[in-house]
Amino acid sequence: MSARAEVAVGMSSCGIAAGARVVFDSLQKDVAARGLPFSVVATGCIGACHAEPLVEVRQADGKTFLYGNVDEARAHSIVEAHLVGGTPVGEMLVPADYPYLARQRRIVLSNCGVIDPESIEQYIAHDGYAALKKVLTGMTPEAVIEEVKTSGMRGRGGAGFPTGMKWAFAREAKSATGKKYVICNADEGDPGAFMDRSVLEGDPHAVLEGMLICAFAVGADEGYIYVRAEYPLAIKRLQIALKQMEERNLLGDGILGTSFSFRLHIKEGAGAFVCGEETALMGSIEGKRGMPRLRPPFPAVRGLWDSPTNINNVETYANIPSILRMGGARYAAIGTEKSKGTKVFALAGKIKRGGMIEVPMGISLREIIFDIGGGIQGDGKFKAVQMGGPSGGCVPESLADVLIDYDSLAASGAIMGSGGMVVMDESTCMVDVARYFLNFTQSESCGKCTFCRIGTKRMLEILTRITEGKGVEEDIAELEDLAAKVKVSSLCGLGQTAPNPVLTTLRYFRSEYDDHIRNKRCAAKKCKALIRFSVISGACTGCMMCAKVCPTKAARGERKKVHTIDQDTCIRCGLCYEACRFDAIGITSGRE
Amino acid sequence: MEQAFQALLGEWKGVKGNVIPLLQKTQDIFGYLPQDAMREIARVTGKAVSEIFGVATFYAQFRFTPMGKHVMKVCHGTACHVQGADSLDTIVEQRLGVAPGNNTADGEYTVERVACLGCCSLAPVVMIDGEVYGRLSGDKLGKIIKTVGSVT
Repeated sequence: MSARAEVAVGMSSCGIAAGARVVFDSLQKDVAARGLPFSVVATGCIGACHAEPLVEVRQADGKTFLYGNVDEARAHSIVEAHLVGGTPVGEMLVPADYPYLARQRRIVLSNCGVIDPESIEQYIAHDGYAALKKVLTGMTPEAVIEEVKTSGMRGRGGAGFPTGMKWAFAREAKSATGKKYVICNADEGDPGAFMDRSVLEGDPHAVLEGMLICAFAVGADEGYIYVRAEYPLAIKRLQIALKQMEERNLLGDGILGTSFSFRLHIKEGAGAFVCGEETALMGSIEGKRGMPRLRPPFPAVRGLWDSPTNINNVETYANIPSILRMGGARYAAIGTEKSKGTKVFALAGKIKRGGMIEVPMGISLREIIFDIGGGIQGDGKFKAVQMGGPSGGCVPESLADVLIDYDSLAASGAIMGSGGMVVMDESTCMVDVARYFLNFTQSESCGKCTFCRIGTKRMLEILTRITEGKGVEEDIAELEDLAAKVKVSSLCGLGQTAPNPVLTTLRYFRSEYDDHIRNKRCAAKKCKALIRFSVISGACTGCMMCAKVCPTKAARGERKKVHTIDQDTCIRCGLCYEACRFDAIGITSGRE
Repeated sequence: MEQAFQALLGEWKGVKGNVIPLLQKTQDIFGYLPQDAMREIARVTGKAVSEIFGVATFYAQFRFTPMGKHVMKVCHGTACHVQGADSLDTIVEQRLGVAPGNNTADGEYTVERVACLGCCSLAPVVMIDGEVYGRLSGDKLGKIIKTVGSVT
């Protein structure tokens, strides 16, 4: 730990979006103007996105103080009161026992928000590349694989295949081309997931070190990291990291004075969800349409350019240096019997404290949502949590005590997935959620398999019909029939899992489907065709706010007189509801 | 531009897996993929023009018409959907007069729907010219549009 006094600002994409750049500039200006003995530095994301922008003051005496929701004015008062006056601004501090942070167990994220992700020196000062050195100078590839097997880690991309076993397959495979490859899948395509982005932005070297260790273990001398183009900052930080590695002989020939050589390329994805599937991803690197192919042969046998290839996701690689440093057995002591270690989740939706968290396997969903996440926004009622994106499912409130491990989650109909967790409350319509996901998978289907291409389209049509109030009783049976067929007739994970959001919502929220079909009612008041906006005459003061914001002039009236909403021209955008300060706009559905 | 394009072709000629990087960098130069450039890429990579189009049309990133001055990406990730991204579409359509996937008549804006920008804790979000605007309401977005560019 550097003894130098620092002011660290979280500068990930989300921090910057929340205004971190303004805060950073302001702090830098103030500190320079007053000649204060602090350096203002940028770090990655500490994960408390709900409190962004975050600023941490690290005093020369080793004490640290974390400030949340910092804006320019608050930045000024931090400088005046704390940096100059020596008194921390109590009411702006994130308390040391903040449950959001206290309940986490950070291995993958241990450096995120702590080090400057653009500084290899800081990574090295935090035990960076110690594991690589240990591996290259004192271990055989077999011993490395054995250590990873001992750790019990399963792939963090979603499917949960044991990582050590995967590596062993690639090690044992004979290469007809004389080459082997390692690939990092950073094509984080699940909507509602941002774990990989945060890790790449906050601690890129950990991922790269993991890849190098893997390359040594499986016998590869070349690798690719496939990042989606929507993550420009992650790509930039990887480029910086690669350059730093080259300068320090951590890439190229004779790495760290050994006979190990490795070359690494960054590939920018071009926007196709299916490329998260490993064979499609490799096709994309080869410059083709990213369409999956039949397995076996698995990539470990015949992968990129017909050579044996090991492919893991970002979080899996980011765990590797820690596993090698602490030893597989110690890592295996964290978690449950069949799910070892920790898991990073992106917590979002109708939750009070959203952000990126890392928890030990075996924690319950309820603990995550209520103890860490602080419960539901506006003290609404918790309804469900969507896990695993378009491949996953919705876990209802009644199952909130389910434990976070691969097998318990699979039994609930959801999946561990890559870590997206979107919390939903009573204002979320589950039929609409199912339609949303089907719309996504349907448009992202590559079109190779008939049932995935056309079956998902028919399912989407049925779901759309139901949300528009045109559903019929038979629709449910047809949905179930199609879901079963799409699952078994698709080549890759996209099609095999596409029906999951529909099946889980049918399983746990059947009454909502029935309500839409029979009563033409959307209880969550989300489905536009089934709701009406109207003015509550007793509450309306005639302030004209609704008329002012209404884009179609459906809301109208004279000053100080009760307004009206014309149902024929109303487009149900909800602007009037949002704008009214007197709760005078009501939303009704069905026969209400 | 033409010069930069020719330099690009030279740089990537013969490199394994060069098709997608070539398409990406060509789009960086021109803002879209002009037909002539597609033919040139086919020639340099030794592939059929149809194959190059096959690849380009597969990926959401590539476009065959020029971009507007400002690019607005309305996020439709799960978190944004739950927090009301659909309403933002309505506002954009009302204020700019175009549905997502189109350019405004004056060429000021290109409006796109994107799957997820990964800023889920700030949902709903919109990205304009690479900058993310979070925790939006319809009213807030309307004001942002006004400050970024002229409105038709």
